[in-house]
Amino acid sequence: MTERITPGDVAHVADLARLSLTDDELEAFTVQLADILDHAADLDALDLTDVEPTAHPLPLVNVFRADVIGPTSDRDEVLAAAPSVEEAQFKVPPVLGEGQ
Amino acid sequence: MSARDLAEAVRSGARSARSVLEEHLDSIAAREPEIHAFNVVLADEARTAADEVDRRVAAGEDPGPLAGVPVAVKDNMCTRGIPTTCSSRILEGWIPPYDATVVDRLAAAGAILVGKTNLDEFAMGSSTENSAFGVTRNPLDTTKVPGGSSGGSAAAVAAGFVPLSLGSDTGGSIRQPAALCGVVGVKPTYGAVSRYGLVAFASSLDQIGPFARTVSDAALLLEVIAGHDPLDSTSIPEPPADLTSVLDQGVEGMRIGIIEELSGDGLEGIAGDVRARLAEAAAALEAAGATVETTSVPSTVYGLSAYYVIAPAEASSNLARYDGVRFGLRVDAPTSGDMHSATRTAGFGDEVKRRIMLGTYALSAGYYDAYYGKSQKVRTLIVEDFARAYGRYDLLLSPTSPTTAFSLGEKTADPMTMYLTDVCTIPSNLAGHPSMSVPFGVGDDGMPVGVQVLAPAMGESAMFRAAAVLEAAAPPGAAS
Repeated sequence: MTERITPGDVAHVADLARLSLTDDELEAFTVQLADILDHAADLDALDLTDVEPTAHPLPLVNVFRADVIGPTSDRDEVLAAAPSVEEAQFKVPPVLGEGQ
Repeated sequence: MSARDLAEAVRSGARSARSVLEEHLDSIAAREPEIHAFNVVLADEARTAADEVDRRVAAGEDPGPLAGVPVAVKDNMCTRGIPTTCSSRILEGWIPPYDATVVDRLAAAGAILVGKTNLDEFAMGSSTENSAFGVTRNPLDTTKVPGGSSGGSAAAVAAGFVPLSLGSDTGGSIRQPAALCGVVGVKPTYGAVSRYGLVAFASSLDQIGPFARTVSDAALLLEVIAGHDPLDSTSIPEPPADLTSVLDQGVEGMRIGIIEELSGDGLEGIAGDVRARLAEAAAALEAAGATVETTSVPSTVYGLSAYYVIAPAEASSNLARYDGVRFGLRVDAPTSGDMHSATRTAGFGDEVKRRIMLGTYALSAGYYDAYYGKSQKVRTLIVEDFARAYGRYDLLLSPTSPTTAFSLGEKTADPMTMYLTDVCTIPSNLAGHPSMSVPFGVGDDGMPVGVQVLAPAMGESAMFRAAAVLEAAAPPGAAS
């Protein structure tokens, strides 16, 4: 199908997915992901030239409702679930670190 | 006692909901430490709900078709005011501010929620060994897995803790544990049951469905939870099928095809005892007046490969929301980016990380066409092959699981070995079709074998008719 996934590839996708891996984890995940992707190589046996992709089992169309306000979640109750809030807002650490 | 009989007894006043509940809480107390089907048992809340049902019966009201019936719900369905964990550390401390639609419907039908059941973290797994809160054991042999990912819901019904439970099925997560625990498990047509409040794994595949000890009880529960929900934009607007009224109609004149590719001849790994039970099930359907023959649905063999690209791809997107900002776990760090990484690294288990990375890879630039694009095209082939097959047959048949329940720890070292246990169940999810597992005797090890009945979209009525015939003809099940 394509070249085998490398430790460098796995480190890259881990970074994209905001996951930190130890060296041992990186090694183990690389082997496991390569096995799974190797299995997917059996799809190469199929001629898919003129086949349309299916993203969803239902023929999805936009679903509209009347533009009427219904019950909504209570703001304080939603905020109560957050690890940190301030003045009705979710609070996070600085987006840019020192020197950025 | 069946759920139908329990509800009838409670509605008529012959039994109190409270006494029914206490009996089930006693059985939970006796064996739950050994089985670990539940993440939480809600004894106090359940007693309050049962007393309310009894009060309504005394007042001459009808609490509904599941009056006083104890039920358990997989812990990836939101329950207002009650923690919903997905058996993951990343949702630590999260208490949903709303109920899933299915939870609302259970309550409206008079059912008593007795607990939230264990699962593979975020429903990713086939053995319930990926839970952050420990494994669930198979009630029929506690050295074996209950299957997964809805292993807690299957075990709770098999152990007699509850007559009914709900699971979710993305690639077989209701049907496979049902087969391994010797109970009935149903994955309805995609869109037949609202997903509102079901924590998303792979949104184009996820579907909620019932576990029960009998086909009739599974029908009763599905009738309660099915039907249009404006809160789920993929919910089917048409009214759901009436299942109870067709259960005794038999299969006379039905045409049923055994999927060759999923039943042994074309596929390695279907155990001999499972193939033998499937052959006996086919004979039982034939004896009941159906025409049964082997048929080819060629692309179903490619379902597994396509699924293990599509489901992780959708999961990598769905699980991006767990970033330590709005709910659940936060591991503090000096910057937001570091906080996201530290939180996700500490909060997710290995299988979830594996699938997030696999999905991220399959969707990334340079690999999208080779993996995700190709898998979506294979999905089309599977839909088309099923359409051709259903031009000739009313129903299809296969094993549910290639083997009976395997041992705890047997497949945890090699993810691909674990994934292969889903080979027979995945095609229905990719096509959005209903299918169900019916217990049909035992394997050489004395553990249950499940036969899978597959139907076209909205074909639940015919599927349940065949399931009822199989149930009536089934050889004795496993002794517990």
